Amino acid sequence: MSGIVLDIQDLTIGLPAGADRSSAVQAMNLTLRAGEVTCLIGESGSGKSLAARAVLGLLPGPRVSVTSGRVLFEGQDLVSLSPREMAKIRGARIGMIFQEPMTALNPLHRIGRQIEEVFRIHTTLGATERRARVVKLLADVHLPDPEKIARSFPHQLSGGQRQRAMIAMALALDPKLLIADEPTTALDVTTQAQILHLIHELQREHGTAVLFITHDFGVVADIADHVAVLQKGVLVESGTRDAVLNTPQHPYTKTLLAAVPRLVVPDRPPATPGLVVLESVDVRKSYAAKGFFSRGRSTQALDGVSVQLHRGETLGLVGESGSGKSTLARAMTRLLPIDSGDVILMGEGITHLSTKAMRPYRRQVQMVFQDPYASLDPRQRVVDIISEGPIIHGTPPAEAHARARRLLGLVGLDPSAADRFPHEFSGGQRQRIGIARALAVEPDVLVADEPVSALDVSVQAQVLELLADIKAKLGISMLFVTHDLRVALQICDRIAVMRHGAIVELGPTAEIFAAPRHPYTRALFDAVPGAAWSQGAEILTPAE
Amino acid sequence: MRAGLRRFARNRMALAGAFVIFCVVLLTVTAPFLFPQGAFSLAGQPLQPPSLRFPLGTDALGRDVAAGVAEGARTSLLIGISAALSAVLFGAAVGGVAGYYRGPIDLLLMRMTEFFQTIPAFLLAMLLVVILSPSLLSVIIAIAAVSWPGIARLVRGEFVALGGREFILASAGLGASGPRIIFRHLLPNCLSSIIAVGSLLVATAILLETGLAFLGLGDPNIMSWGLQISAGRVSLRSAWWVCTFPGIAILLTVLSINLIGDGLNEALNPRLRER
Repeated sequence: MSGIVLDIQDLTIGLPAGADRSSAVQAMNLTLRAGEVTCLIGESGSGKSLAARAVLGLLPGPRVSVTSGRVLFEGQDLVSLSPREMAKIRGARIGMIFQEPMTALNPLHRIGRQIEEVFRIHTTLGATERRARVVKLLADVHLPDPEKIARSFPHQLSGGQRQRAMIAMALALDPKLLIADEPTTALDVTTQAQILHLIHELQREHGTAVLFITHDFGVVADIADHVAVLQKGVLVESGTRDAVLNTPQHPYTKTLLAAVPRLVVPDRPPATPGLVVLESVDVRKSYAAKGFFSRGRSTQALDGVSVQLHRGETLGLVGESGSGKSTLARAMTRLLPIDSGDVILMGEGITHLSTKAMRPYRRQVQMVFQDPYASLDPRQRVVDIISEGPIIHGTPPAEAHARARRLLGLVGLDPSAADRFPHEFSGGQRQRIGIARALAVEPDVLVADEPVSALDVSVQAQVLELLADIKAKLGISMLFVTHDLRVALQICDRIAVMRHGAIVELGPTAEIFAAPRHPYTRALFDAVPGAAWSQGAEILTPAE
Repeated sequence: MRAGLRRFARNRMALAGAFVIFCVVLLTVTAPFLFPQGAFSLAGQPLQPPSLRFPLGTDALGRDVAAGVAEGARTSLLIGISAALSAVLFGAAVGGVAGYYRGPIDLLLMRMTEFFQTIPAFLLAMLLVVILSPSLLSVIIAIAAVSWPGIARLVRGEFVALGGREFILASAGLGASGPRIIFRHLLPNCLSSIIAVGSLLVATAILLETGLAFLGLGDPNIMSWGLQISAGRVSLRSAWWVCTFPGIAILLTVLSINLIGDGLNEALNPRLRER
């Protein structure tokens, strides 16, 4: 483990005038050795992706460029290379994997042809040999039936399979350096665990140096040899994984680590179950892919789901994408029509009420949405957004506005925020506005659909705290949808694990955590990145 | 919106267009004072070339071409703007209803829209004017009737795209009624695209109007650029000025409105802005 593959010296990346800071990355030093995984971790806007792009010579346009410093790749300075010379290195000696496997592959070309292209550009291999190499590569990344995969189009593969194909492509010419920019962020936890394992295995086999960009300390704990922490473009700490995770030096690293939700059940007084406030009875919903000329296949999004939410409790709906958890949340708020079954609110069936008859019930159930950028009307002032609900339900506008300003205080925002527009706020602040909007009509039930999954860890912790705080203060019940078991353990009293539109296991959080009965629940727990580390155990094994 | 206007002001071509249109508007306002006797009165000898007394010459009946251009500007702007406005209102209503309610209403309205789009616009406008008998109002109606489908499709598309956004769901979750969602959330969010496309409609409406007037289907009692060109075309070889000056007026006006429309589109359209 000696050969230095990549040596980043005093790298500074300038930003155009008018950006929030003068340089995206400030005097960064980082050394990558053969056979080691270096994780570059930071929150959104920390400059971690730009640093990786600078190595690849793929900085966006003339306005963002390397202003000083060197990037030595096997002794050669990449910054001074011409675009032509850079293109020879890219793909051949430096491989890349991107976050979104769907957009990184050309949807019009077969997988095999896209991987073959790498050989066609960089080697003089004949057609037959190229094809044989492609199939071998696909087999190496453990794709089932590589011959068939090579003939498939990207849309015919699952997200995990596509990411495997991307890895096969990146490793086609056995590069010395692999740059992976959040390669597992778009994937489900179980798939993420497999992909991480694959990257680890291939990297050990080939002795590749890996620059792995991530925002998740769980992933770092699983895969890293070295860790570098980036805060607003400044490298604040770097060292071996164990040193950084177990004995962080810099205060920023400490805050980040403290904010990572642990895979433990916090001590909480057991909730005394109240009456049932919101209930679904055998709810079914299918999405039919209907066309004018063809009767398409239909997907069963909800397959007879019955679940009860008691007064004062937080019920977690946990599952991977496509498990139907968001569909269930929307069905229970009657934002989505269902095919059969019943939704019962405070003992009254609300399944078949018209929009008008539904209105009085609307204020009892409110929703907090996932995407803080899409869930607020960009053309309305914050005070109008928050007071819309009360005004609909008959509160005089002046009074509703006054209440909206008070609510801003409750969710931890300055009252001066009221007269500004959503785009002036950060993701976490917007999510607070979304929560204030939901609270404005004084609901009994809050349905939160992945309210923190789009946020950075430190912000995530604050928003979770706010939700728990509000729940305790106002005594509302909460249906909490999440894909992250760590978050669910932290905030939920009971957890329902969903898969393929059905609930496979439902029970008190502590019980599910201690003794998961269903194999799928167990698989979910095993797949949590950095499971061992995030249970609070220190990592004792040195990085191999 | 304010930021959009600032971006618009940086676009030099669009500013030049705005300046020309400002001059045209100024001309329509001052026309009654500049040419108090009106465009239809016999001002002097027929077919006089441009001179000091008649800067743009006179036509075959001895009418002042300059007076005609000035009054024609009023007609063009009046018909162009009111036809485009009615087309935008009607198109937005149809597209909005189709895009918000979807389902069978959407199907019905959109097939109707396509029906209008498949008929050649100018022929349909001619037919409508003939049926309604030529007058200012019938010309406006005819032009609006052939211009609304584009707006309807645009608004429907925007509504469908916005309808899936979470802030619309949130509003529905608060118990908002259909009209409230449409007028408070959906329309304000696609207003910029409507303004941009609507301003381009003004230009096409002016072209349609001159075309109709050229064929003698305009209001016979109102001076129009199309009418002037139509009257001057027989003497084109002997008296070039009768056709040329109204033609230049049409060219400048339509070009300027197109420049303004493009400028607005670039300034207000979020998809173009990111480039």
